[in-house]
Amino acid sequence: MSRISFTIDGVTVQAIKGQSILKAADAAGIYIPRLCAYRDLVPHGSCRVCSVKVNGRIQAACVQTVIEGAVVENNTPELEEYRSNIIDMLFVEGNHFCMFCEKSGFCELQALAYRFGIAVPKYQFLYPKREIDMSHPHVYVDHNRCILCGRCVQASQSMDSKNVFQFIGRGIRKRLQVNGDSLAKTDLKVTDEAVSVCPVGALVRKRVGYETPVGLRRYDEAPIGDDIEPGKGDR
Amino acid sequence: MKQGTAHITANICNKFGNDRTRLMDIAIAVQERFGCVSHEAMEEIARAVGTQRVEVESLVTFYSFLSVKPQGKVVIRLCSDIVDWMKGYSEVAEAMARELGITMGETTPDGAITLTDTPCIGMSDQAPAALVNSVVVTHLTPERGRQLVRDLRRHLDPQQLVTMVGNGNNEHPLVRSMVRNNIRMRGPVHFAPFEPGKALLKAFELAPSDVISEIKESKLRGRGGAGFPTALKWELAANTPGEKRYVICNADEGEPGTFKDRVLLTECAEQLLEGMTIAGYAVGSDTGIIYLRAEYRYLMPYLQSKIEGRLKQGFLGRGILGKKGFNFDIRIQLGAGAYICGEETALISSCEGLRGDPKNRPPFPPQEGYLKRPTIVNNVETLCCVSRILLEGAKWFASIGSANTTGTKVLSISGDCRKPGVYEVPFGITTRELIELSEAENVGSLLIGGPCRQMIGQVRLDGQICYDDLATGGAIIIFNGARNKLEIAEHYLDFFIDESCGHCTPCRVGLTLLKNLVHKVISGTGEPADLDRMRDLSNFIINMSRCGLGQAAPNPVLGALEIFGDASGGFVAERKPGLLPEFDLSKAVIDAELRVGRQSKYV
Ligand SMILES: Cc1cc2nc3c(=O)[nH]c(=O)nc-3n(C[C@H](O)[C@H](O)[C@H](O)COP(=O)(O)O)c2cc1C
Ligand code: SF4
Ligand code: FES
Repeated sequence: MSRISFTIDGVTVQAIKGQSILKAADAAGIYIPRLCAYRDLVPHGSCRVCSVKVNGRIQAACVQTVIEGAVVENNTPELEEYRSNIIDMLFVEGNHFCMFCEKSGFCELQALAYRFGIAVPKYQFLYPKREIDMSHPHVYVDHNRCILCGRCVQASQSMDSKNVFQFIGRGIRKRLQVNGDSLAKTDLKVTDEAVSVCPVGALVRKRVGYETPVGLRRYDEAPIGDDIEPGKGDR
Repeated sequence: MKQGTAHITANICNKFGNDRTRLMDIAIAVQERFGCVSHEAMEEIARAVGTQRVEVESLVTFYSFLSVKPQGKVVIRLCSDIVDWMKGYSEVAEAMARELGITMGETTPDGAITLTDTPCIGMSDQAPAALVNSVVVTHLTPERGRQLVRDLRRHLDPQQLVTMVGNGNNEHPLVRSMVRNNIRMRGPVHFAPFEPGKALLKAFELAPSDVISEIKESKLRGRGGAGFPTALKWELAANTPGEKRYVICNADEGEPGTFKDRVLLTECAEQLLEGMTIAGYAVGSDTGIIYLRAEYRYLMPYLQSKIEGRLKQGFLGRGILGKKGFNFDIRIQLGAGAYICGEETALISSCEGLRGDPKNRPPFPPQEGYLKRPTIVNNVETLCCVSRILLEGAKWFASIGSANTTGTKVLSISGDCRKPGVYEVPFGITTRELIELSEAENVGSLLIGGPCRQMIGQVRLDGQICYDDLATGGAIIIFNGARNKLEIAEHYLDFFIDESCGHCTPCRVGLTLLKNLVHKVISGTGEPADLDRMRDLSNFIINMSRCGLGQAAPNPVLGALEIFGDASGGFVAERKPGLLPEFDLSKAVIDAELRVGRQSKYV
């Protein structure tokens, strides 16, 4: 395996050829914010939260592979503003009511908003009309909260060896769809990985909500990204 | 699902070898047979090709010419592009809707006729135009629209609407279309005589790598808009190891106001097919695909016959012109209504039987493209240039045009001018000259289509059409001084919102937010800070979007703002203390008033 070196905000980072900038940064203990990328799933490259500048050009760090000698910028005011714009957009695109949401405290979108110091989105809410599918005995889909990250689509295929989810429509009308007339008509099991990879409260297990007391929830303890680069996310 | 329907669907799948990668063809065929691709049909298709229903649904709901709900036997798609608006779209639409007794987007109760609109169908030089199934009707007026509806009601046969055929190959028995070519200027690359087979023989005198060198020497750059050096792309594909490579011709021509590929497909088919064959020889490929947009379906039988003719003549097939070991065949892949499929990686997705989502890059298509094999995608015009370069030589080609941009460009000019049509001009020509050639008067602004997608005002009329200045895929739309530039920008935004694939956040959400801002300003409730918001949001979308659609979509907004300069004061006013100007209090309380049964005394 040939090794490559490049810099992120001036810090020299070693990487393996073919690795993504995001993975290389993780290994080096540098946190690049991200939302759709998830562990070993093939990066979807859709949210664009992980955007960094590579030799002056904006690229998504989760899909862009490392380049020998590249100068990568991560923590710049411009990129921070752009990333925060994206989070704002995801909030106004759907209907997110964190205070009532079972995912609160575990939600990656909410956690990113906190990390970026967002109290209220700067754009006008679009208030779309979206459906909730409660048909399945153990799992429900709340489309109001879906951010189209594609994790469940891929996890169902590659980790569960099924094909429960796919996207339909295009543009602002793009939606998650299930393989059947409703979720109950699919072969989804509550134990499927597809259910657990959802970063927000769109795919939720029934009857386990609010189990963890406020204060002990995942992102109550440490901000998102702290596991990769401790101590940087506090405001 | 009725037994018969299931059977027919299964037969259609069978015809395409029950091949998952041919899902586009299958879905198109089912749509044509039944007027929709129902959930039942999706299940049948999924079973036949070995996938899931939701995968089929994902594809069907992506393309605007496919539908889950039944459509009429005849579908009228009225072109709603900006040029059509300028030429009377609204009046025609109203006349047709009234005659049909339905509104836009509906089907007559008897299930016979659907009326809907569609973005640019590549007929801006003969607008307003429409597609009736696959038949093109042009130069519509309210009266002709009404008559068309009455005629259709009688016979439900779109082809009978063609009472007068256009010129050139539009008269060909396999085309028989009322479309006119409107070739206003014939240049030496595309509109000089072309004798099939000769360029191919020239290519065979050279080794494949020398063909690439010849193209390199000609300095040919892609005509689809991005202007990537053709030889570099070919070289990369040729040097990427692989058992099989592909040559794809991009005939998706979806950029609003572009119609030059339509004319090249009609008049230069031999030159195009020969260019593809030469490309195949150069990069070591035996398979070509023409990705033909659904709007140009009327040209498909003609193009198919040209392919068959060349097979018979030995210009295609096995051991072409006696060249042992060189085989090349071409198939046509039909699109189904999606502008984004002009983007080369989205086009490849579509050819693979997927939604037309662009792919993440790297890898680039010459490294890993169609079915993960090295693939070159080139525009129709680029491939036509290839044939001519082989015939006349790289030096000859490089002597035409401007210093860094060699050869000619086929432009599509439309809008407020007396001579809309196709112009083959040497690169380096100025916009001022184009205005004179097309006999446009009182020009307020021009929209140059393509990756730059600039809206330019009087200040930049000396701009040159070339890759160092105004790079374009070929669309030039002229607007007179009376046209509202922000409205033009809003029209384009509506187009891009509809056509965004929806994959990445900046384009999917950002464009809608931008449109809302532009609309607010147009409707007179904007404040000066909104102009800054528009600028910031535009730059954000341009910088952060994944593909060329989002990266260029806000340009008309920036262009309009730039042309206004300080004059935008006329559109916006400093907000007075109190309610937000865009907030309509009386509208907001109507619901409550109705419920309590009395009017609010504060409104
Ligand atoms: C949104 C979008 C739409 C495009 N549409 C077309 C098109 O309709 N026709 C075309 O030839 N190229 C189109 N392109 C450019 C193609 O991606 C690609 O660059 C081109 O087909 C390459 O061929 P060329 O090098 O011969 O120009 C489009 C690009 C984008 C980003
Ligand atoms: S820029 Fe728009 S069209 Fe391109 S990938 Fe993103 S959402 Fe799709
Ligand atoms: S994390 Fe890279 S695009 Fe979403």
